[in-house]
Amino acid sequence: MEDTSSFAIRMEGITKRFPGVVANNSIDFAVRQGEIHALLGENGAGKTTLMKILAGLYQPDEGQIWIDGRAASVHSPRDAIDLGIGMIHQHFMLVESHTVAENIILGLDVPRFVLNLEKVEREIAKLADQYHLLVDPGARIWQLSVGEQQRIEILKALYRGARILVMDEPTAVLTPQEAKQLFNTLRSMVAEGHTVVFISHKLGEVMSVADRITVLRRGEVEATVQASETSRQDLARMMVGREVLFRVGKRESEPGDVVLEIDGLGALNDKGLEALRDVSLTVRHGEILGVAGVAGNGQRELAEAIVGLRPVTRGQIRVDGEGVTNRTPREVMDRGVAYIPADRIGSGLVVNLSVAENLILKCYRDPPICNWFFLDGDAISGHAQELVRAYDVMTPGIETRTRLLSGGNLQKLILAREISSKPALMVSVYPTRGLDVGATEAVRRLLLEQRDAGGGILLISEDLDELLSMSDRIAVLYEGRIMGIVESQEARVEALGLMMAGTAPEEDGGE
Amino acid sequence: MTEERSAGLAARIAALPLWVRLVALAVLVGVPVLLSKWLVLILLIALGLWPITVLVGLVGLALFSIPRGGWPWMRSWLGARLRDLAIPLLSIFTALVIGALVIMFTDAEVYAALSSGQIVYALRVGIQNVAVAYGALYEGAFGNPSDILEAIGRALGGEGLDPILRAVRGPSDSMVQSVPYIFAGLAVALGFRAGLFNIGAEGQIGIGWIAAVIVGFSFRGLPMIIHLPLAIVVGAIAGGLWAAIAGFLRARTGAHEVITTIMLNYISFRLSEWLLCGPLEFTRGTCRTQEIAESAYLPRFLSHPVTLHWGFVLALAAAVAVGWFLFKTTWGYELRTVGANPNAARYGGMSVTRTWVLAMFLSGCLAGLAGVSQGLGISHNAALGFQAGYGFDAIALALLGKSHPAGVVAAAFIFGVLRAGAARMQSVAGVPTEIVQIIQALVIVFIAAPAIIRAIYRFRERRREDIEAEMAVFSRGWGA
Repeated sequence: MEDTSSFAIRMEGITKRFPGVVANNSIDFAVRQGEIHALLGENGAGKTTLMKILAGLYQPDEGQIWIDGRAASVHSPRDAIDLGIGMIHQHFMLVESHTVAENIILGLDVPRFVLNLEKVEREIAKLADQYHLLVDPGARIWQLSVGEQQRIEILKALYRGARILVMDEPTAVLTPQEAKQLFNTLRSMVAEGHTVVFISHKLGEVMSVADRITVLRRGEVEATVQASETSRQDLARMMVGREVLFRVGKRESEPGDVVLEIDGLGALNDKGLEALRDVSLTVRHGEILGVAGVAGNGQRELAEAIVGLRPVTRGQIRVDGEGVTNRTPREVMDRGVAYIPADRIGSGLVVNLSVAENLILKCYRDPPICNWFFLDGDAISGHAQELVRAYDVMTPGIETRTRLLSGGNLQKLILAREISSKPALMVSVYPTRGLDVGATEAVRRLLLEQRDAGGGILLISEDLDELLSMSDRIAVLYEGRIMGIVESQEARVEALGLMMAGTAPEEDGGE
Repeated sequence: MTEERSAGLAARIAALPLWVRLVALAVLVGVPVLLSKWLVLILLIALGLWPITVLVGLVGLALFSIPRGGWPWMRSWLGARLRDLAIPLLSIFTALVIGALVIMFTDAEVYAALSSGQIVYALRVGIQNVAVAYGALYEGAFGNPSDILEAIGRALGGEGLDPILRAVRGPSDSMVQSVPYIFAGLAVALGFRAGLFNIGAEGQIGIGWIAAVIVGFSFRGLPMIIHLPLAIVVGAIAGGLWAAIAGFLRARTGAHEVITTIMLNYISFRLSEWLLCGPLEFTRGTCRTQEIAESAYLPRFLSHPVTLHWGFVLALAAAVAVGWFLFKTTWGYELRTVGANPNAARYGGMSVTRTWVLAMFLSGCLAGLAGVSQGLGISHNAALGFQAGYGFDAIALALLGKSHPAGVVAAAFIFGVLRAGAARMQSVAGVPTEIVQIIQALVIVFIAAPAIIRAIYRFRERRREDIEAEMAVFSRGWGA
């Protein structure tokens, strides 16, 4: 056995129960000094819970923790910081209107009252230099890109003296290039003697950056392996508990007439700034048009403009030849446009209402659900039962409050509702984001079935693998402009990545 | 389960021929109306003798449980009810205990005794005070049980109903007080369901009250069957339109309804002062309108001193109607969706702004009805300072009832009981009615922050989702 002191983190027999679930079931987890250790698992496998226990955000019901070989009790985030553990959450905890330096010293005792920001900024610049983390300490957070904000979070942890860095799904919001840069940073940190734990469910990046990998499944440790001694297939099997098909079986598309035609579209974002500039594209029946791009480059605005939730400032939108520019969501819906919004809980569902009530959100005015002005309870429950069965939504019952469903089932619920309306066009935004491998497979299959049934699909996604495997053509959106549209069979990840970062494709195609 | 059963019943009823259904309806409505006097009398007696009523209920439940497996079924049924009621009941109990301490330690005699060192004597006086005060509170709200029993005996002995009527005055007052509370509570609850915080119920009550009274005295000579409904509807619509101003402002300009309803309150207060002491004043210097015509009275079930009137039935009907509207109609569905998640509502093709205006209007109609029931049922006029805070209490009430019509009715009854008792407590024990306001406030604090009650009585923590669901109801109301 190895000497315990060579472990930066040792967690033994960690059990954490939440009402109704055991999130962590006597987990043993150990991270060596100076390694990059990936924590891999499906959604709900207990990865984040385990790390939140390490960071003092949750208290374990059972189990012990050793940090640097010493038994430690982490009762609060403060304890974790004192032990040298820094956690970077999926959602950044930054104050938008403050500067980088102000954010980094947030919550620290050190400048007791008088704030010498210049001194802090010098220290931060030095630290940033050491780890090749390019940032301007005087910049305000809202001016920074997501990748830069993540660097601030890393700096924040380092500034607090963290030697063990825990990152929760750090690449979810990054372009491939930014992700690569992050991995370089992580490697240089490890070279400086830091230890990194990073949570992910993406197999590719785990294989490329981690030294060792621990796979969690249903709150238990499935295995801990050397990255060099395993394969993507093995990892996927351990994660899901069965063989996984990476490429969804896809037939050749048989595109028909144009269903969606967008011409010179312009729209503003919530801050009133131009979010879409002269966007033109078409989607045919029986075709999936993928839209690639880093989040925040106009994807949401594009989807909302099409479905009538966002005013169009310029240009035209036609569905099956009929103009729907600046029509109400209801009118667009009635022309056969379905919408899977990015924000399931925020706008796709009403989580405080029941499953049955959510399933009638789009058809509550039509018979048989509605009889003049009255809702027909029998029709509603029949409708719900049918859809729950057909789309395999796991719910205790149709009267269950929707908030109690898992992410994958929430998405299936939305898909069930939208597909059952037999739409001509489906606008789907990040349909598999945050879903585990199994649910992702199901959602993709449903979308492909919809395509094969002759529906047109506009698929907005951040996941290039998904776009490449699902779409027939891919458009890349950068700062509200279409950088190019390519056939997905001919598309290369590098070329797409460059377009996503704002570099127009070269004339000769870069072959 | 029960819904399925009732749905089956509804289908069976719908299968009957129209004339059978009409006759059945006429019988179902007509018989209780004809017997209303007696039904109300039984209700009041049952309320006055509530421990006996509870016992009878338990026996009934036991009989009901026999075909369903007897005691285990009954135990689980009672357990479920008790779990729901534990926090409210303990909140009321705790608030009464604290209220008792306040009564004890705000009494001059107790202070005098304490300052001269007679602690035991001070305690004795204090406890006596509390006993007298709470005795009066109980009697004001439920009557004196031995009086009721004695009156029943005398009535059976052929002395007529008068003694019973005098004895059940307490229960009647409780019900009378709960009528405006039910309407106003429903008003605020309906707003909550739509994500709107209607602080303006107080003002809408006043507008509805005055409007109904104006109709009541302006159209003399109309038959009651026209005059009374007209006065009721006009009062409701007046309150509704007043509230719809706030809904309209929210929809058009984004002005938050909390601010606008508060401002509309001030406007309505000043407006009614001017009306009552100006154009509508009947006898100079009284700041009061003339009496309404008798054809606009909400009739009373029994004679003096039992003032319970048909507004009570109207209030219960309104609660049923609100529940039906919210859960069984498309507009109600839109309203709840908009309240729970406006983004999803917009995405579902609903007009959020239209729903806001509609919800405010309906909320105002209900608040207006609170004023109508007071104006046509109790005072028969409108006088300066007539609203009496029902509209503000209603906010607490809607929270207490978790914005559910049945919860609101229950909460309104608690408030009605306290208010009826408070009046008697002041007149008999000399304890100011403000004590009851303290008790009401404490009940709300405890119910809004159940952690306090759980800590005091060492309850186990409830399931997380229940708490979350509760939080959702409470925080949604801010419409943020």
